[in-house]
Amino acid sequence: MMDFAPMHSAPAEVPVEHHSHGGWDPYVDNGGTSLAIAGKDFVIVASDARQSDGYSINSRYDPKAFTLSNQTVLATTGYAADAKRLVEVLEQNAQTYFHKHEKQMSAPAMAQMLSNTLYYKRFFPYYVFPILCGLDKEGKGAVFAYDPVGNMERVVYQAYGSASALVQPFLDNQVAGANQRGHEGGLLDRETARKIAIDAFTGATERDIYTGDWLDIFVIDQTGIHREKRELKHD
Amino acid sequence: MFRNNYDNDASTWSPQGRIFQVEYASEAVKQGSAVVGLKSKEHVVLVAVKRSPNELASYQKKIVRIDDHMGIAMAGLTSDARVLSNYLRSEAMRSKMIYGRALPVGRAVNAIGDKAQTNTQEYGRRPYGVGLLVIGQDDTGPHLYEFSPSGIVSEYYAYSIGARSQSARTNLERNFEKFEDMSLRELVIHGLRALRDTLQQGKQLDTLNTSIGFVGKDTKMTILDGENTQAYLDLLDEGEAMETE
Repeated sequence: MMDFAPMHSAPAEVPVEHHSHGGWDPYVDNGGTSLAIAGKDFVIVASDARQSDGYSINSRYDPKAFTLSNQTVLATTGYAADAKRLVEVLEQNAQTYFHKHEKQMSAPAMAQMLSNTLYYKRFFPYYVFPILCGLDKEGKGAVFAYDPVGNMERVVYQAYGSASALVQPFLDNQVAGANQRGHEGGLLDRETARKIAIDAFTGATERDIYTGDWLDIFVIDQTGIHREKRELKHD
Repeated sequence: MFRNNYDNDASTWSPQGRIFQVEYASEAVKQGSAVVGLKSKEHVVLVAVKRSPNELASYQKKIVRIDDHMGIAMAGLTSDARVLSNYLRSEAMRSKMIYGRALPVGRAVNAIGDKAQTNTQEYGRRPYGVGLLVIGQDDTGPHLYEFSPSGIVSEYYAYSIGARSQSARTNLERNFEKFEDMSLRELVIHGLRALRDTLQQGKQLDTLNTSIGFVGKDTKMTILDGENTQAYLDLLDEGEAMETE
C-alpha cells in the first residue's frame, strides 16, 4: 500500500485584507425611511427628511426623495452623500439621453440605467437603497426597488431604511392584504394609498429614533408630480 | 498670386500674415444658410433658415439646445457643429456637477474657441468648418456670441452669419438700438425680418424652413420648429402692412 503524504500540514488560510486606515470608514448611515406604493395610474412616494449620524441629528430637513428631470422620483435611504451623487449622475444620464433621442427617458429605461449605474461601482458601491418611481409605457404606476449594487425588481410597493422592518410588513398587510382573510386584492386608489403611507410614517416615527421631523410625499401621475410636506414628531 | 504656396496646412503663415487654411474654413461657414441672433434686456433669440438638399430629404437642424440656459445655431459643416455641441453639452453638465451652477456663457464659448484654436496651430489637423451663434442666460444677463473656425469669439447685441448674411447685418445695424426694451415676441419678429432679407428672390420663410430658438431670465432654452413657428410667421406677415421702416 502506498503511503500517501498529506497535501497540507496546516489548514488553508482564507485570504483577508489586513491593512487598516486608522479605523476610517468611507460610509456613514444617515438613517431615515422611504416607501413607494404603485396604483393603476399613479405612484405614491414618501420619505422622511431627518438626517442622522449615530445619536446626533445632522438636519431636521434634508430631503431624501428627488424628482429626476423626466417626471420620475428617486426615493433613497442609506448614505446621504452617495444618494446625492447618485441623483446627479442619473440626472446627467437622463439629459444625455434626451439630447441623443430628443425625448425624455421612460421610467423602465431609467430603471435599467440605474441598475447599470449601480453595478458600475460594484467594487466600491453607492451605499444607497434606491426606489425608482414613475409611470410605465402603459401609464400604470411603476415602482422599482434595488440593492446597492443594482439588483432590480419591479414591485407594487416597497419600504427601505431604518424603519423598513416596521413599515414593510405593515404594507404587506395593508396593501397586499397579507395574513388577512377576505381581502379583495387589486391595486389601491390614490387616497387609500396616501393614507397608508402617512400612517406608516407616523407609526415608524414613534418607534424608530432615526425616522421623523418631516415627511415628503410625492404623487406621480399623468398630470405630473404633486408634492406635499407634512410634519412628523421632532423627538 | 502666391496664395497657393502657403495654403497646404494650418501651420504655415503667408508673407502677408495670413493662415489660408483658416480663411478657407471660414468660406465653409459662408456657404451655410443664414442664422440671425439678437438680444434685448431680458431675452436673446436665434432664428435660422433650414435647408433641404432635395425634396426627398429632411430640413437640416440648425438650432441645438446645450442646456436649460444655453443654445447654439450653426452655419457650415453640420458634422463639426455636432461635435462641438456634444462637447458644450458635456462641459455644461460638468460645470453643474463641479460648481453647482450653470455654465457661464462666456466661459463656454472660450472653451470651444480654445479648442478651435489648436486646430489652427497644430500640424496635421484641420480647422473646424462651422461658425456658431451661441446664446445663453447667466448671472450677467442674456448673451449672444459668435464663434468662428479661427477660434475668435466675439460678443454682439445682434449678428448674422451664413449665406447672404450681410443683408441681415445691414438690417440689424439699422434697428439694434430698439431691441433693448422689446418683448420676446417683438424680438423674434425683428429677427425674422432680418432673416428674410437673406433669402433669394421668390423664396419665403415657412414652417418647413424656419427655426426659432430663445432663452431668457425666466425662460428656459426653447426651440420652435414646424407648426410651432406658424404663429410668429403670421405676425411677420401682419407687420408687413404696418411697417414704417
